Amino acid sequence: MYTQGLDQKDKPAGARQRAEAPEQAEAFQARVDAEEKIEAKDWMPEAYRRTLIRQISQHAHSEIIGMQPEGNWLTRAPTLKRKAILLAKIQDEAGHGLYLYSAAETLGVSRDQMVAELLSGKAKYSSIFNYPALTWADIGAIGWLVDGAAIMNQIPLCRCSYGPYSRAMIRICKEESFHQRQGFDILVALCNGTDKQKAMAQDALNRWWWPSLMMFGPSDKESKHSAQSMAWKIKRFSNDELRQKFIDVTVPQAEFLGLDMPDDELEFDESTGHYRHGEIDWQEFLDVLAGNGPCNRQRMAKRRKAHDDGAWVREAAYAYAEKHAAKDAA
Amino acid sequence: MSEKEWPLYEVFIRSKSGLSHRHAGSIHAADDQMALDAARDTYTRRNEGVSIWVVRSSQIVASDPAETAAFFEPAEDKIYRHPTFYDMPDGVENL
Repeated sequence: MYTQGLDQKDKPAGARQRAEAPEQAEAFQARVDAEEKIEAKDWMPEAYRRTLIRQISQHAHSEIIGMQPEGNWLTRAPTLKRKAILLAKIQDEAGHGLYLYSAAETLGVSRDQMVAELLSGKAKYSSIFNYPALTWADIGAIGWLVDGAAIMNQIPLCRCSYGPYSRAMIRICKEESFHQRQGFDILVALCNGTDKQKAMAQDALNRWWWPSLMMFGPSDKESKHSAQSMAWKIKRFSNDELRQKFIDVTVPQAEFLGLDMPDDELEFDESTGHYRHGEIDWQEFLDVLAGNGPCNRQRMAKRRKAHDDGAWVREAAYAYAEKHAAKDAA
Repeated sequence: MSEKEWPLYEVFIRSKSGLSHRHAGSIHAADDQMALDAARDTYTRRNEGVSIWVVRSSQIVASDPAETAAFFEPAEDKIYRHPTFYDMPDGVENL
């Protein structure tokens, strides 16, 4: 059940904390180890709850902010068909945000609280969305690479130990496949087009490749949340493992398109069966994360404005509902 | 935030006639009609449903997971409810 508040309404956080006995934690870990799903009202360690709230809400925020780079291209899509597809994709992103917000709400955080944390800048979203979509080819690259990397991350999350998150991810993964294919389809068209169109596709790959690799997060050496999340079966593979998988499946796709990977050190290693890649610019990753990417301020300003501009709609809907509830009661 | 939060609704969807409604997720809406519309837009963008129920989450009465063992205990020791409890004599058919 996606209802928060059924069991927590009367219990302050402190009461839950106090109840955290070692036997409970052991029993919890045993359930997780046995691949049992944890459901919203089940007992769980506070740290597990907090980790999930942080991860799921950041994920939801990413879906919401992720609508912006693509939204910019709605009025400039090259054909009516492409426009309709892009509109449907962006609507899906909003839907994904909503599935995830409701999954996070089961953990005892309110929607408004999460939205407030996004708007105040306290909560983070995926740094990939702080890069601009400069040309139509970027819409192709976003679908192919950004959604491709997201799928790689999200498929293992379908088996996450927390039931509501796992169910949301299953629904999302079913829909993401369309997103990735529509992106690749855009690039196929461009790569089969004029030299100028193909150059545009190459330029988009050059700009999106490295940020897409950064989507998997810091390297395993640097990743601070990994070990505990693995033990809790929130996470199933390490950042580097997932990044490697993504590179291995994506390079042949680029070859099919006839595009060059913007990495001189990229090389297939016969002995491991994997591609070796060049060093990722982690300073760039940290800079974007710290708020200094190309579009951080613009994204947040636009989100805040949309929220403020919608305030009268939310108020009017509420007033209408109250008026009719009063009438029905009379 | 000074605004009041819209109430939470649970969404149940019948994927096709002949099947029961099944919990799909939840949404926030100001009233029942808006909840139905939002549930449609959020959970049935790919023809996942032919019927939707929405109900305010606060109206749902749920069993307590901490009491699960005790609550379901009465069914634990009644294995004779299952047909496999009974050994049928050889030669008896259609039973």
